[in-house]
Amino acid sequence: MQTLIDFITFKDPNVIYVVLGMICINTSSAVIGTFAFLRKRALIGDAIAHALLPGVCLGFILAGDKNIIYLLGGAFLTGWLATFLVDYIVNQTKIKQDAAIGIVLSTLFAFGIVLMSVIQNGDYANEGGLNNFLFGQAAAINKDEVYIFGIILLVILVATYFFYRAFLSISFNYDFAASAGLPVKTIEFVLTSLTVLAIAAGIQALGVVLMSALIITPAAAARFWSNNLRVMLLIAVVFSVFSGVLGAYVSYANAGVPTGPWVVLILSLITIISFVFSTKKGILYRILLANKNKRKIFTENILKSIFQWHEKKQKDIAEPFAAADLLSVRLFSTRELNKGLVKLKQKGLLVADGTKFYLSAEGIVESKRIVRLHRLWEHYLLRRTSMDENHVHAGAEAIEHVLSPEIEKELEKELGILGIPKDDY
Amino acid sequence: MENCSIEVHNLTTTYGGAPVLWDVDFELPVGQIIGVIGPNGSGKTTLLKTIMGLLEPSSGFVKIFNQDLDKIRERVAYVPQRESVDWDFPASVYDIVMMGRYRKHNLFRRTNKTDIDIVNQSIEKVGLTEFKNRQIAQLSGGQQQRVFIARALAQRAELYLMDEPFVGVDAATESSILSLLQEMKNDGKTVLIIHHDLQTVSDYFDYLVLLNTRLIAKGTPQEVLTKENLTNAYGGQLTLLAKVASLIKENEFPIREKDMDF
Repeated sequence: MQTLIDFITFKDPNVIYVVLGMICINTSSAVIGTFAFLRKRALIGDAIAHALLPGVCLGFILAGDKNIIYLLGGAFLTGWLATFLVDYIVNQTKIKQDAAIGIVLSTLFAFGIVLMSVIQNGDYANEGGLNNFLFGQAAAINKDEVYIFGIILLVILVATYFFYRAFLSISFNYDFAASAGLPVKTIEFVLTSLTVLAIAAGIQALGVVLMSALIITPAAAARFWSNNLRVMLLIAVVFSVFSGVLGAYVSYANAGVPTGPWVVLILSLITIISFVFSTKKGILYRILLANKNKRKIFTENILKSIFQWHEKKQKDIAEPFAAADLLSVRLFSTRELNKGLVKLKQKGLLVADGTKFYLSAEGIVESKRIVRLHRLWEHYLLRRTSMDENHVHAGAEAIEHVLSPEIEKELEKELGILGIPKDDY
Repeated sequence: MENCSIEVHNLTTTYGGAPVLWDVDFELPVGQIIGVIGPNGSGKTTLLKTIMGLLEPSSGFVKIFNQDLDKIRERVAYVPQRESVDWDFPASVYDIVMMGRYRKHNLFRRTNKTDIDIVNQSIEKVGLTEFKNRQIAQLSGGQQQRVFIARALAQRAELYLMDEPFVGVDAATESSILSLLQEMKNDGKTVLIIHHDLQTVSDYFDYLVLLNTRLIAKGTPQEVLTKENLTNAYGGQLTLLAKVASLIKENEFPIREKDMDF
């Protein structure tokens, strides 16, 4: 508890750098990552992140210590080299993109590890923190680095603001953008450079192994919540910053715990929650919808059997009936039937009269509508398909619940039937 | 040709070394609805992409309205195949049609009133006004095709190149595209359409280009749709050509010798 309070109140001045740093890094990567995600180039981010390691090491060897400018510069160069190599391999050979990414990623990463062991065996002072580039150590972010991350964030936000139409255009339809005379190569160059920049900014805090998650995952999670690109960008940023700060806290509270894995785990949890709970696309929503439809089908079936019972007994549809009467036209479980009748009563379609029930005015309209749809569909199947008379009933049984008023009108027009058809199959 | 919309001069385009278009040469009239027909893999899409500058020809050139494409890009609109993009993209019908207004010179500017008016008119022309704010993934295939056409209309061009606009569309969309084409023709526009359904060719088009890697025939539908031309294009008469093409690919031969380019 005390560490949490210390963290929130920035009692340790380093905490403020860490939090600001994470906000900059995660916002940058979420914004740029959204475009990479939409361009289906998300995995390139993984190749870039791994390729940054040799760049960082070369930067270290050149500078002789952990000078952030040298490290970032080296990272930027090898990151660019990775995207160039992937595209080159895809364009010049028969190797497909997934394989090309795999080849470039592992080669440059292996080279990075070799350089790292060279550094560790050589007599460089202060090479200790270099290990952090593998899995990330947010606690190592210092004041100077926060400025640099802030500048990178600013560059990315300003560029995205001005290039918004350009990025949107090449992400949706590259060929069309090119055909309209847009400078697609330049736009692509800017977007790739910003991606490398965003990833390079994050490797110290997140580590090369997991940095690509910050490019891919926030956008993937945000896509579940919005169909509007601007809103999607905002949601991706919120998810990413939340995970980043929380991950930094866990790593702060438990000295020596790397930040990257925690940020990624929290982010993944948000993604899982997104695809379970999000509206329309979420799994939970679809299950609830299916259940709702099941209940609708059941009550509609009761209404239909009420109509059928009256029809069979040649009674007026408004006359009362007992629950048991319905069992003579359709098989219901008594318990389910009673539950359904209660539901219909609540909806005002049915009125209880002692032990008997009768349909309200609304209930009459509704039960007629369902029977009509059922029989219209039977007629349609008979007329338009080669279905047999004794099969059309089963075919119409499920469809009557689906047909919309527009389709009902079309059926009416096509079949030339008004009112409720008499024959029931 | 006096009034020439597209001039394709000795055009050869290769894919992975093998020629997909081979010494194709023709001039097309202005103000007509022109069909490009030919069997699968005959280079129809490649022809359109080469005309649009999306593919680099290995020899030959294209002129549009007697000029280089780059000088008159804004007078040409392109409708790619519907399947060439991912329709599960976070954008509305309006957003996509607005992309028709994006040009090099206004890429960094905000949308202005003229753009908005043109976009709304284009959406109305294809009958999608009530779906204006709908997410594009929630449209039917025919409606998506109409979004693509509306985006091209928003470009306010004189020449329209459409890649298979009639594929996978419902009857309503087909007839609405057809009446739109007539309207465009009456306004003096030229439309070049890749088409694969030979049944409807003579009803839809004023002028035809019959292609199978090489140019087989061009002219009015009566001139082009002869038994001989169709057998040449569809009847496997050109298997020899295909064999030579794959030989070239396997052995890394150049298609033309360097000093023979024009």
